[in-house]
Amino acid sequence: MTQAQLEIQLLAMATAVACSLCGVFLVLRRMSLLSDAISHTVLIGIVIAFFLTGDMTSPWLLVGATTAGVFTVLLVEGLQKTGVVREDAAIGLVFPALFSIAVLLISIYSKNVHLDMDAVLVGKIALTPLPSRRLEFGGYDFGPKSLALMIAIIIVNIGFIILFFKELKVSTFDPAFSKAIGFNPYWIHLGLVLSVSTTAVASFDAVGSILVVALMAAPAATAYLFTDKLSIMLVWSCIIGMLCAVLGYWLAHFLDASIAGSMATVAGILFGLTFFFAPERGLFSVWQRAKIRDRKFKLALLLVHLTHHEGTIRELEECNIESLHLHLRWDEYETRSVAFEAVESFCASQENKVLKLTPKGRIIALESLQIGTNLS
Amino acid sequence: MTGLNDKKLELALEINDLTVSYKDKPVLWDIDLEIPQGALVGIVGPNGAGKTTLIKSILGLLKPVAGSAKILGLEIDQGIKKIAYVPQRGSVDWDFPATVFDVVQMGTYGKLGWLRRPGSKEKKLTKDALEKVGMLELAHRQISQLSGGQQQRVFLARALVQHAEIYLMDEPFQGVDSTTEQSIVELLRELRNQGATALVVHHDLQTVKDYFDWVVLLNVRKIAAGPVSEVFTETNLKLAFGSRVSLGE
Repeated sequence: MTQAQLEIQLLAMATAVACSLCGVFLVLRRMSLLSDAISHTVLIGIVIAFFLTGDMTSPWLLVGATTAGVFTVLLVEGLQKTGVVREDAAIGLVFPALFSIAVLLISIYSKNVHLDMDAVLVGKIALTPLPSRRLEFGGYDFGPKSLALMIAIIIVNIGFIILFFKELKVSTFDPAFSKAIGFNPYWIHLGLVLSVSTTAVASFDAVGSILVVALMAAPAATAYLFTDKLSIMLVWSCIIGMLCAVLGYWLAHFLDASIAGSMATVAGILFGLTFFFAPERGLFSVWQRAKIRDRKFKLALLLVHLTHHEGTIRELEECNIESLHLHLRWDEYETRSVAFEAVESFCASQENKVLKLTPKGRIIALESLQIGTNLS
Repeated sequence: MTGLNDKKLELALEINDLTVSYKDKPVLWDIDLEIPQGALVGIVGPNGAGKTTLIKSILGLLKPVAGSAKILGLEIDQGIKKIAYVPQRGSVDWDFPATVFDVVQMGTYGKLGWLRRPGSKEKKLTKDALEKVGMLELAHRQISQLSGGQQQRVFLARALVQHAEIYLMDEPFQGVDSTTEQSIVELLRELRNQGATALVVHHDLQTVKDYFDWVVLLNVRKIAAGPVSEVFTETNLKLAFGSRVSLGE
């Protein structure tokens, strides 16, 4: 591995970690869509700041972009408060408007601006190790500038989360309660918007505006599926983010494709795998549990059916193993299998093809009936 | 001596001409209400009567278009520190990554203020509250794995941790099992006996007489408020609910 490759991977990892940290709160607050908007509209801040300073590396670009991000959120919320448009529509209106103005400005003045559309959409992480993009100080080379910036953003984000951890937690979980105990959720919201905006701007350079949202939402959404504590979710979100970065880089290397695109693809794949296979909340385990519950309920239903017809004239007909499915209107094969399970678990016994309750089966049936009555 | 008398005279809540509206549709119309300290108060009224709105206005979560509320003689922003709030169980996302302990510990945040983190004292308070509601064994369980009754106990414990003087509870009996309902009532009585005041939004008219000393009958306007024996009458109930409701006596 060359030093250039290492630097690109380090930057990819740093970007993913910075995004994953914000992402946790965006996912929990159902604000992922807003991060999509922010990551696009920061462009107008960059463009305007560039026109004012004429310098593509000026720190004012960061300030301009962050301001644009906050402005986006205020505009969305303002529109929403008028009561004329809903939140989703407000986001859908504000962000294309601001983004398209930025795109227009770039395309009109693109002759003398080093901003091109490709870079805006997917970033230019591959250019990271270039000599013109290095941080040099007193004759020493401190690595790529964007890596230094990204590490600074990570430190700010981690600082924000550690300092305001309890405020972030309570205002995300229960905003009304949070306000009642003196933590106005609005200030925390604003802090979060600031942090998302700065992160989006800094990441923008590396991965572009479209993929920022993937790095914010996917690792956090993946971690959400298998963690049950906020602090652990934050840690896992970062680990998954880094995994996306490294695996994405090598995928791009072998496919000779866009690094940012590959990172987002890996993020999607990791989410997909977790979505299906997560131990508690994954789709398969949810299905499995539903199946077991369904089966248990069917067994209880059968036992209740047997109690209702126990000792009646129709018992021979109603509880006959061969005609049972006609009465319950179940699939014949399934009925057999449930009946077999009842016998196997000593809840019923079979006498001349007629199912008879055992004492154990009777108890279960009566308990099931009890629960059924309580529910109604 | 006079100091003691003053304290006795202080009302838990004093609400004057409170009107809250959604756009131009009033949800609460000019409410005057005085709640004495140490009362267990049921807030009763039909759907859309403004019960939750009343609680949220006292907490300062909603801005009234007219009128005011005072808490133990203080303006809301000061008085709110004396209140513990139990929101409706359905108002939060129980899939949030937190344990029972995490949620109950949130009750200690208010006294801590910004930036300070919970320490061993807060952990102890949290454990005590969990023990009181019988949830200590489940302290490390994820909140999405709780039953409705257990979720309500968690919310109650979070309020108990605050050691407040006034408890505002929004439908704590909604969808809980009868054991939980009984233990909540027990806890409310214990709080009352220690001098606290509790306002509880309640739905079941049959149990009002058993559970509460005071009742507020609400239907956008205040229909009646006072000791249950004086106010909880067939006539008042008909005024609040319309003619279909009866006590079934």
